[in-house]
Amino acid sequence: MTEIQAGTGVAETAAPGSQQVPAIELDNVVKEYTSHGEVVRAVKGVSLSIAEGEFFSLLGPSGCGKTTSMRMIAGFEDPTQGVVRLHGQDVTSVPPNKRDVNMVFQSYALFPHMSVWENVAFGLKRKNVDAAEIKRRVGEILEVVDLTGREKRRPREMSGGQQQRVALARALVNRPRALLLDEPLGALDLKLRQAMQIELKRIQRDVGITFVYVTHDQGEALTMSDRIAVMNDGLVDQLADPREIYERPATKFVAGFIGTSNLLSGVVQEVTGSTAVLALGPSDRVVISTETPVAVGDSVELTVRPEKITIATEQPAGDRSVVRGTVSEVVYLGTSNNYAVVLADGAEITVFQQNAHDSTITAERGDTVWLSWQPQHSYVLR
Amino acid sequence: MNRGLFRGRGLQIYTWLVIAWLVVPIAVMILFGFNDTKGRFNTVWQGFTFKWYGRLFEIDALTQALINSLVIAVLTMVIAGALGSLIGLALGRYRFRGSGSLNLVMFAAISCAEIVMGASLLSFFVTLAVPLGFWTIVISHVMFSISFVAVTVRARVMTLDSSLEEAARDLGAGPWATFRLVTLPMIFPGVLAGSMLAFALSIDDFVITNFNAGGTVTFPLWIWGVTRVGIPPQVNVMGTIIFVVGLLIAVSNIVVSRRRRNA
Repeated sequence: MTEIQAGTGVAETAAPGSQQVPAIELDNVVKEYTSHGEVVRAVKGVSLSIAEGEFFSLLGPSGCGKTTSMRMIAGFEDPTQGVVRLHGQDVTSVPPNKRDVNMVFQSYALFPHMSVWENVAFGLKRKNVDAAEIKRRVGEILEVVDLTGREKRRPREMSGGQQQRVALARALVNRPRALLLDEPLGALDLKLRQAMQIELKRIQRDVGITFVYVTHDQGEALTMSDRIAVMNDGLVDQLADPREIYERPATKFVAGFIGTSNLLSGVVQEVTGSTAVLALGPSDRVVISTETPVAVGDSVELTVRPEKITIATEQPAGDRSVVRGTVSEVVYLGTSNNYAVVLADGAEITVFQQNAHDSTITAERGDTVWLSWQPQHSYVLR
Repeated sequence: MNRGLFRGRGLQIYTWLVIAWLVVPIAVMILFGFNDTKGRFNTVWQGFTFKWYGRLFEIDALTQALINSLVIAVLTMVIAGALGSLIGLALGRYRFRGSGSLNLVMFAAISCAEIVMGASLLSFFVTLAVPLGFWTIVISHVMFSISFVAVTVRARVMTLDSSLEEAARDLGAGPWATFRLVTLPMIFPGVLAGSMLAFALSIDDFVITNFNAGGTVTFPLWIWGVTRVGIPPQVNVMGTIIFVVGLLIAVSNIVVSRRRRNA
């Protein structure tokens, strides 16, 4: 009874979201360039759909195709193959000036020969909005980005953070269906960047516009996004919410790119129902789930986050996964102790130990230790 | 040990010599515009007078030659300025089939000896049976000054952030509005510099003009024609006026850009 109720409840809340037309859709999009006679595949078939009002990040290292994907949404690049849809409409061959999205450029691209006011009013003037309305909306948006009173300034007379906010205002004033941001905080220093992250999230909540955010900074993506697409070499490796991406990285690349992670490999020793046991070294025992089916003798790679691991000088009891190793480095970081532990097969494991108690250091360099973690914290990599 | 040679007094004297070398001919030209010359030859100082300024337009053929030169220079400035700017924009912004060859042609036109260019233009016009005169001069001047404009504008375009144009497109401006509102204002200093260069090249060109002028006489051609019978002081006065106008434009350019930098 309760189960059925819970089930229908979930169905009801999920239904409007799933029936709603996505704000942005990429359907098997490919982009090829010819450079010096060689064909370069920048984007190798990306499909994703971004919901209305979502803060969506495209995350990956430089050259992974994230900026090219965004530029195809904006209309600056024509896909070699595939379809781009905005609110269900195919816009693949629509020029950028006729697409209802606006972009914040990495270099801000503010017009240097125009004042702040003229920069912000540019889009509205192009759309022939009447003068009184332009005045009202420009004033309003400058208030949102906290630049009231600076209307007559030229962009070069402003600081990087202010220029950034002008760029944001210039895009937002048009009330686009989606805002595209290409590494907008890249040129700011760390403090300002952190302040702008919070600011961006606030503005996005206030205006309720879909944000598509391109970044190579995993911290930025994890902090702000509703969902993240991690891109690697022209493909989406994983598309999920930040927690899922961090806690359950789907590929070796994602595990390595997001945060610090430990890679382990072993051979399946026995399979019992929903769990399998891996053998790594003598007295090691790692339990994994069989969500991804495995058979005895299979070689498996898995990842464990450093903060999930407990370090001890005695063998722990219970059904925890256990490996043995030698401490090769201890680093005191104030809020935590970091250990580097080398296993019998040479793999190096990083362990974060929170500095919650007075007990300072559990083990010293050269000590033999047992590392253990809950079985559900092992993730098998594809 | 070499440094001693270029320090102190030696360097000062050398510097002033170079400046004198550049300035003395111009000073002589200006000075002899005030020479109260009695004969046909204006080469010996015979006293100070303003009268040549009052009698500036007394020689009809000279006045007509100056008018011809000014009209041709303005036409060249406008036509070569517009076409050259577009070439410069294309070369600076896009990689296209033949852009390398076009670049080469531009530099070839700049480095080509005037005498060669003048002669080949003449044979070109003769072959096509184009009557020589005012319009063949304009065509020739546009032809040789267009590369200077293109190169000047191209240099400016290369420093432009191409995302500015993308931003304009993104904000709803079509290709033409983007050019008018963003690209042109941004490259305008280059366009202006290139056009003024075209004007300057046109107004004092002799070699190419001489080949292709037919019966039309320009300011330099007229002076060349009277060299043997004596150059009247009006020429010095006109030369002085052209020089002063050029100087004023250059100075105001410096003042404006300095004020803009300080703003």
